[in-house]
Amino acid sequence: MKSLRKKIDRLKPHFSEGGRFEKLRSVFEGFESFLFVPDTVTSRGAHIRDSIDLKRTMTVVIIALVPAMLFGMWNTGFQHFRSTGVEASFLQMFLFGFIKLLPLIIVTYVTGLGIEFIAAQIRGHEINEGFLVTGLLIPLIVPIDIPLWMLALATAFAVILGKEVFGGTGMNVFNPALLARAFLFFSYPGWMSGDRVWIEGLTEGKNVVDGFSGATPLGLLMQNQTDALPSLKEMFIGTIPGSVGETSTLAILIGAAILIITGIGSWKIMTGVFAGGIVMGLLFNLIGANQYMELPFYYHLVMGGFAFGAVFMATDPVTASQTETGKWIYGFLIGLLSIFIRVINPAYPEGVMLAILLMNAFAPLIDYYVVQANIKRRLKRARVSLNTGAK
Amino acid sequence: MSATEKEPLFSAKNIKLLTGPLGKNNPITVQVLGICSALAVTVKLKPALVMALSVTVVVAVSNVVISALRSHIPDRIRIIVQLVVIATLVIIVDQLLKAYAFDVSKQLSIFVGLIITNCIIMGRLEAFALSNKPWQSFLDGVGNGAGYGIILIVVAFFRELLGSGSIMGYPVIQKLGLYSAGYENNGMMILPPMALILVGLIIWFQRSRDKSLIEKK
Repeated sequence: MKSLRKKIDRLKPHFSEGGRFEKLRSVFEGFESFLFVPDTVTSRGAHIRDSIDLKRTMTVVIIALVPAMLFGMWNTGFQHFRSTGVEASFLQMFLFGFIKLLPLIIVTYVTGLGIEFIAAQIRGHEINEGFLVTGLLIPLIVPIDIPLWMLALATAFAVILGKEVFGGTGMNVFNPALLARAFLFFSYPGWMSGDRVWIEGLTEGKNVVDGFSGATPLGLLMQNQTDALPSLKEMFIGTIPGSVGETSTLAILIGAAILIITGIGSWKIMTGVFAGGIVMGLLFNLIGANQYMELPFYYHLVMGGFAFGAVFMATDPVTASQTETGKWIYGFLIGLLSIFIRVINPAYPEGVMLAILLMNAFAPLIDYYVVQANIKRRLKRARVSLNTGAK
Repeated sequence: MSATEKEPLFSAKNIKLLTGPLGKNNPITVQVLGICSALAVTVKLKPALVMALSVTVVVAVSNVVISALRSHIPDRIRIIVQLVVIATLVIIVDQLLKAYAFDVSKQLSIFVGLIITNCIIMGRLEAFALSNKPWQSFLDGVGNGAGYGIILIVVAFFRELLGSGSIMGYPVIQKLGLYSAGYENNGMMILPPMALILVGLIIWFQRSRDKSLIEKK
């Protein structure tokens, strides 16, 4: 560590003002603050309450994502060996998934960070850690078999048109990771839905066990095959086909615990999403017009990307509501809409993505009305006290 | 600007009427008019070309007609008169398309009829033809039609190439053998939102080249 610090200190003058590589200063600073805590501090008028900064926030979210990621790696191997009917050990399955997932993670990071670095250079901004979480989220919400160039294109689309156009980290209206997924979903539907893409190697269909179906629980429900649904326990643990990181509700809940304990993710939003999902599920149970509607409401919470979306996507502090009451409303509506889209619209088996993106657009409006309501309430109180004071 | 004719008909001022709408005064990217049809007819290049041509003809001819009548049109009913002129021209264009280019006419469906409501045409009649001579009005009409058309064609070119893998119906991507290399058409390019995003990108490109278009805060 020390030698690295020395090396950086030796290079620093070249990148400072008047140095040879002055133009590349933001790149240099980006690397420096990634490796070490920056040595420049706010010089005046600081309002520090805690030593938390963007870097630490992002690091905590990454740590919270690790359980889901590790489980996703194992599940990738597990599903693959299940589809080919080959016996494999725990380690084999994990390594298989690790090797398959690694290229997705690398491609996402290289594309996204590359664009962020270039954008920061052009603007003369500092490079920040904004992409670290997005870069890990994107590989976790796509099918394992997605072609790498599509992934790179989607990442570029999300970072440029979802984030940089609006002014970079913290200014985006929509969650960039979900934008990347939405881009893939609408651009290459063949790779994002159906019952082949979720398990590695199934699209080519080599060595697949006879009669094996790689359909996700949501896919099965779309075809009204309620009997073929995996058990509740399987879906909770996550040994089902699906996007890499979304299958295990258990691993996601561990991540949720980390986020809530550290105070990084809003528990209000998470609870709101689950509450909304439960209410909509119960409502559909009451109507019960078809098999899908009759599905017990708690099934919805462990299927598809519902839990992942609730914990990691809806809680994105940039695109969510900022006010405390707003967070409840925002979360609740996401849950409500997710299940609504899921059950009602057969064209979109996964409603969570669209529900969150839609509510992203409405988050500022919710905040506006929450703030206005507060102002009104306090004005009223002020008037009442004024009137009584006059008497 | 770039043209060098010395003819009085094409004086520098008149030339500007023609070229202004192509760049600095573009009806779509600067005035943000006529967006609806830009989204609807740009999935393929051919309908976009026909649409661009139709709108250019309608806006140019109606400009001339209204300009010639401008001192005889009572102010109160001028909108009705304009609509009659535009509607007549649009019906003529529609019938011509049906007679000579039935396939394209079917693809464009109601959007030919909807040229009547295209904001660019009414906009030009109100803003220009009512207060200028026929020749200048003609140039202004052609310029605005072309400015509209050029954006339509650029958007349609990318949407057809990336969304359907062809140009004017010719399967370019397939001939290049990109499909066997793993390339796939982008389904989102065929959906209307992508046209909006492409127009946005063109506006971005144009503004980054011409800083005078950026509004002051």
